[in-house]
Amino acid sequence: MFTYTLRRLILAIPTLLFISLIIFLLLDLAPGDPTAQMPLTIPPEVKAKIRESLGLGEPIHVRYLLWLKQFVVAEPLYMVDHYLGTNFADGMQRVISWQTRSPVGDIIVQRMPQTLWVVGMSYVVGIAIALPIGILSAYRQYSVFDQVGTFVTMIGYSVPPFFSGVLVIVIFSVQLGWFPSIYDTTHEVTDWQSFLYQLRQMIMPVMVLALQTTAQISRFMRASMLDNLGQDYARTARAKGMSEATVVLVHVLRNSMIPVVTVIALGVPLIFGGAIITEQIFKVNGLGQLLITAIYANDIPMVQTITFIFAVLIVLFNLIADVLYGVLDPRIRYD
Amino acid sequence: MTEPMPAQPPSMAEELHKPPRNQWLDVWDQFRTHKGALVGAFVFLGILLAVTIGPLLWPIDPTYIDIRARNSGPSLAHPLGADQLGRDMLARMMAGGQVSMAVGVTAMGLSVLLGTLIGVLAGYFRRLDGPLMRLTDLFLALPLLPLLLVMVMLFREALSARFGPEMGIFILIVVAIGLTSWMHTARIVRGDVLALKEREFVLAARSIGTPSRRMITRHILPNVLSPVMVSATLGIATAIITESALSFLGLGFPPDFPTWGRLLYDAVNYVQQYPSRVFWPGLAISLTVLSVNYIGDGLRDALDPRIRGR
Repeated sequence: MFTYTLRRLILAIPTLLFISLIIFLLLDLAPGDPTAQMPLTIPPEVKAKIRESLGLGEPIHVRYLLWLKQFVVAEPLYMVDHYLGTNFADGMQRVISWQTRSPVGDIIVQRMPQTLWVVGMSYVVGIAIALPIGILSAYRQYSVFDQVGTFVTMIGYSVPPFFSGVLVIVIFSVQLGWFPSIYDTTHEVTDWQSFLYQLRQMIMPVMVLALQTTAQISRFMRASMLDNLGQDYARTARAKGMSEATVVLVHVLRNSMIPVVTVIALGVPLIFGGAIITEQIFKVNGLGQLLITAIYANDIPMVQTITFIFAVLIVLFNLIADVLYGVLDPRIRYD
Repeated sequence: MTEPMPAQPPSMAEELHKPPRNQWLDVWDQFRTHKGALVGAFVFLGILLAVTIGPLLWPIDPTYIDIRARNSGPSLAHPLGADQLGRDMLARMMAGGQVSMAVGVTAMGLSVLLGTLIGVLAGYFRRLDGPLMRLTDLFLALPLLPLLLVMVMLFREALSARFGPEMGIFILIVVAIGLTSWMHTARIVRGDVLALKEREFVLAARSIGTPSRRMITRHILPNVLSPVMVSATLGIATAIITESALSFLGLGFPPDFPTWGRLLYDAVNYVQQYPSRVFWPGLAISLTVLSVNYIGDGLRDALDPRIRGR
């Protein structure tokens, strides 16, 4: 298992390098000039200087390697310095955003908590709702509960977040006035009142994102439970005289969780992508919103870095899912 | 055959002499038993008819500005009201539906074509299997929505200049969605082709010297048709959602060229005053996707001969 994990980790490096190259080339070969928007009164030699200061003067492979070095070496070292007070990264150049002229890493660190709070919470809530639904609809297959569950799942699949989000804003914030329609990220939780406010402003984005998570995971849970409920060991457990609750919730559930856990791991990076839209609707200034504004502003270093972070997350969680599968299921051995 | 054939009852003999039933009739019979799929098919056809024939029955130009009807609610002249510039919402919904459907179907076609091609090549030719599957894994590891946004941002102007603003963005969005959604089809098709290759009829065909090209077109492709059809149906739904998401983020079609996502995006700014304007395009997207998903579900059952006839 250890060698397998190690091999996968080593294999992930060329994959990530290739993805970073694709992202870099896509952004670099595209038509468009970052200095095109500047006033025409700027003399050409000054414009050339500006282009140079943005790092555009160098040939493409030099810029790619420089960006890679900044992303892989300089940024982590800065992070280490920040937390441990060391100075490994002194004099190293960081990835600089064209929009704000500040390091991309700092902005991302500022935006991360908002995304993690909303997205992470919604994922947890989604899973917490999905698992009981999946178990019950498998146990009572073709019952009314199962039919309703299937229908709700279909709706969860089909209603895109940019509609469900707007719909809940119309209903709960415009018509009923229960929740604020804009997520206030400067809000700090200091006492009970402010905690309640935080709760109220989180409910809508979290529920919109959770609806999609629930739809996917409850389907998987149901299918996996159905597979296991018909197995011989379930019958054996019943024949031994175990209570129905023990059979379903201990024997069957534990085995059914194996594929579901890997699906949950695989879904983590996808939810970051889906959060781009939800963040846009509820005006949460997280990573997704940062990406959108960077795209509008033609801020190429920022776009490259965020996209690459998403790619790293996908590769990482794919790896985690594969390793988890092997750890949880002793029948699966990769070596 | 030395054993005597058991005498067959006359009814069965008659059955044998009847011309064989068309396979697609069987599929239709099975499809009919799935209520959700049937309702889905009717809804989908209804929406399709509404957006194609509707403009003939409701001949208001979706770009015609009737400034006096600005922000008006539902009335006889404008059954769904008019937007902030006084353009008729019903006409815009139908025009937007045409574009959304066209994008969905074309992008699905491209993605299924690519997916089937790569799946069949990877499954049939062992030498191509490794590289093509690594490529598929790589594409699966790409952050797709951010990349789509980036692609649209970067290539919009170049393509608009060459093909005109509408056609250029149409080509861009269809190609971008097609290029980023073929991977699941490819994986399913590859798996099926690998299983088919071990079957006796393929062996028999090979033993009489069928060349690879005819092998694929005559024996492999018809047998992977059903998974391809299912993923094509579901592909329409994903393509419509993706296009709407791009339009919703302001990186889709230009503002004077309505699609459902674009209408929704425009309406969000007025959601406090005129919530119904958000409601209709959103409902149209959701209904279309829901019906397509149900059709895909029914089709999966109907095309599976092991379930059929039960």
